[in-house]
Amino acid sequence: MDLNLIWFVLLAALTMGYAILDGFDFGVGMIQPLLGDVEKRNLAIKAIGPLWDGNEVWLVTLGGALFAAFPEAYATIMSAFYLPVMALLCSLIVRAVSIDFRNKTESATWKKFWDAGFFFSSLSATTLFGLLVGNLIIGIPLDERGVFIGSLTGLLGVFPVLVALFAISVFLLHGTIFLILKTGESVRQTLVRTMWVAIASFLFFYLVTTFYAVTQFPQTTRMFREQPVFYGLVPVHFAMLWSVPMLVLKNKFGWAFVCSCGNIACLVVLFGLALFPNLVLASNSMPSLDIYNAASSESTLWLMLIFAMIGLPLISAYTVIVYWTFRGKVG
Amino acid sequence: MIFSEMDVVLLSRIQFALTIMFHYLFPPLTIGLGVIIAYLEGMYVWTKNEIYMTAARYWTQIFGINFAIGVATGIVMEFEFGTNWAMYSRFVGDVFGSALAAEGIFAFFLESGFLAILVFGYKRVSPAFHFFSACMVALGSIFSSIWITVANSWQQTPAGHKIVQMTREGEPWFINGEPVMRAEIIDFWAMVFNPSTVHRLIHVWLGCFIVGAFLVLSISAFYVLKNRHLEFAKKSFSGALVLALISCLAMFVSGHFQAKMVYAYQPAKMAAFEGHFETGVADMSLIGIPNSETESVDYGLAVPGGLSFLLHEDFSEPVIGLDKFKQEDRPPILIPFICYRIMIGTGVAFTVLTVLATFWMYRGSLYDKKWMMWIFVISILPAIAANEAGWVATEVGRQPWIVHAPFEKDDAGNRMEDEDGKFVYVEGEGLRTTDAVSQAISAEQVLGSIVMFGLIYFLLGALWIFVLNRKIQKGPVFDDEAPPDDSADQQSLTSLKQHTLTEGR
Repeated sequence: MDLNLIWFVLLAALTMGYAILDGFDFGVGMIQPLLGDVEKRNLAIKAIGPLWDGNEVWLVTLGGALFAAFPEAYATIMSAFYLPVMALLCSLIVRAVSIDFRNKTESATWKKFWDAGFFFSSLSATTLFGLLVGNLIIGIPLDERGVFIGSLTGLLGVFPVLVALFAISVFLLHGTIFLILKTGESVRQTLVRTMWVAIASFLFFYLVTTFYAVTQFPQTTRMFREQPVFYGLVPVHFAMLWSVPMLVLKNKFGWAFVCSCGNIACLVVLFGLALFPNLVLASNSMPSLDIYNAASSESTLWLMLIFAMIGLPLISAYTVIVYWTFRGKVG
Repeated sequence: MIFSEMDVVLLSRIQFALTIMFHYLFPPLTIGLGVIIAYLEGMYVWTKNEIYMTAARYWTQIFGINFAIGVATGIVMEFEFGTNWAMYSRFVGDVFGSALAAEGIFAFFLESGFLAILVFGYKRVSPAFHFFSACMVALGSIFSSIWITVANSWQQTPAGHKIVQMTREGEPWFINGEPVMRAEIIDFWAMVFNPSTVHRLIHVWLGCFIVGAFLVLSISAFYVLKNRHLEFAKKSFSGALVLALISCLAMFVSGHFQAKMVYAYQPAKMAAFEGHFETGVADMSLIGIPNSETESVDYGLAVPGGLSFLLHEDFSEPVIGLDKFKQEDRPPILIPFICYRIMIGTGVAFTVLTVLATFWMYRGSLYDKKWMMWIFVISILPAIAANEAGWVATEVGRQPWIVHAPFEKDDAGNRMEDEDGKFVYVEGEGLRTTDAVSQAISAEQVLGSIVMFGLIYFLLGALWIFVLNRKIQKGPVFDDEAPPDDSADQQSLTSLKQHTLTEGR
């Protein structure tokens, strides 16, 4: 059993879970200003109120799992992306506070202030995640110890910026569908309009980013060429993406949300395929950090696998219980 | 440049101290209040007395505010091991990372998931399931304290691992002729139950219970003084007082055995705690300021042989002093010494306070003593200070180590000394804090993030106080018969009046 491969897949699964769950929280944050008056914006807060904190735990677990399974990669990534990670932490703090403190007074100014905080923090977190993913795909310069030797400005290349903009459209779409699912007629028109804008920008950035990746960074498509079965992912992905607006128009909001989740899942798979078997690609001539040389010992990987096997059913149970308890529309 | 390397170390230390001390304002309140809320909800389910549900709802509101900030500031800590202490992460990821991942898997999902039901689910689930959720939240927060304490205890008294050379392409890995080393687990349970885990875990829990209890005592005493919500206040006060009294008394036992354990494994830390410079009979300094120049305690008031007695049950038995350690192996002395005293002094004061209060409560005269009530109102501050001070003492006291190295020992198991009579550490088996910082970051970057955290946490702290104060001033008053979901929406409040707790779902 290749424990390192298993852990790569588990990390991908955690990334998928996090992107699908906190993805709609960030999306809702970015849409909220468009909804209109305080009452309508309140719906956005109520929709994610009981859920966002549990969603964020997926990030905590992803970070912990990366640290435990591939400590060299964890250390390199966190210190290489020092300022972006700090900015991300700042965004997550501001988001948490914006949601939690918003309704603690009756003042409209107070609520407007925190809603702005919710919007900007969701936008910046999404952007920063996009920058991170983009840089990981194309690689960063490392020394022989695996320590980052590049600069902050080097992290703001064309491709990472494209991926950041793409990420915004992804989460915007996902958040829109989630809100359509959770709200009634009062904001439906605004949300459907936003959905079309999000899909258009999604398609645009998907095409530009893919074209750029395929032509400038051939290693991103290496897995496709080695295992052509993965090409089958592309039509599945597009079917899922196209189903989203089609299902919304048919008022099948639950299924539309499922397809939106599937869309994000496919994107994470593409990210994983672009990376595999590396975790931190070296853009210079130094060795990359991959799932073998960046990993913990076999006994730790085994131990962690046991934790994951015990924990996974429990986590699934809690998640189902909580989402079931808070099913239905808000407001 | 060596100067800027030291800068990164010093700045990263300052940042870690700032972020962890701010973070640690919240988990003890979460753990302490979590237990209290679970108790209140259980009492409601058992007795059906509304006062318990009112109390539970009130403390849950306070809990919710603390929890969110605790999570947000906690994520910072998890990432900070990688951002600022990357060499540490590379060295210990095999061991330390597993404990952290376990915390996420087993504790955080449980806590955050059921918190949703606790805070928002009053009208969506039965009182029994709501009580179950409260228990799950309390359990989750206690689980999270377990794993992080296990991880930190491993730093202090490492066990269950070996230090090995890393390999690349199947070959031993050298960089510039130096072997690249790291810690790897060989025995998971030995790592978890390393010599200090159990002592420190119990100590942490008791500290959390004390803070939680004193928060309740503080707010309840305030209401008694203002003659408001008296039934709620007195019921809350008496329950919290029991928790506080038992925890304070247990703390003495816990602290005593922990001190002996610290002396057994980290004698330099104990010497720093007590300002004990010269090996020999040790006095117990009650107050004073340790002076590294003169190697004595200025303005000291001490119990002769007191420390010898506490550690050895013998007033004349010698205690290892700082003179047994090379300068580069000694921790700073002033900070651990003062923090240790803040912690223990508060503990002693609280024990006296809670014993007196319990005595007067049984006599029925407690609530009339306004001065006692005022003491309880402000006591939350020393309670928090003691928790923080204890952690500062233990973390500064373990310096210069970030992973404490073992001592060179002879075949009989006695610590060996060099020609100057100093103990010798097995360097390769530990890691010094100065060698643990990230190499990819600059002093300017860390200064930038310190400023960012300073600003954000200052604002956050101010907000926290502001919102807490509003909740406290408003009191356990709920305008409708059923709890609203947490959005103060007028429309939904009206429609909720149909659903009361007594009617069930």
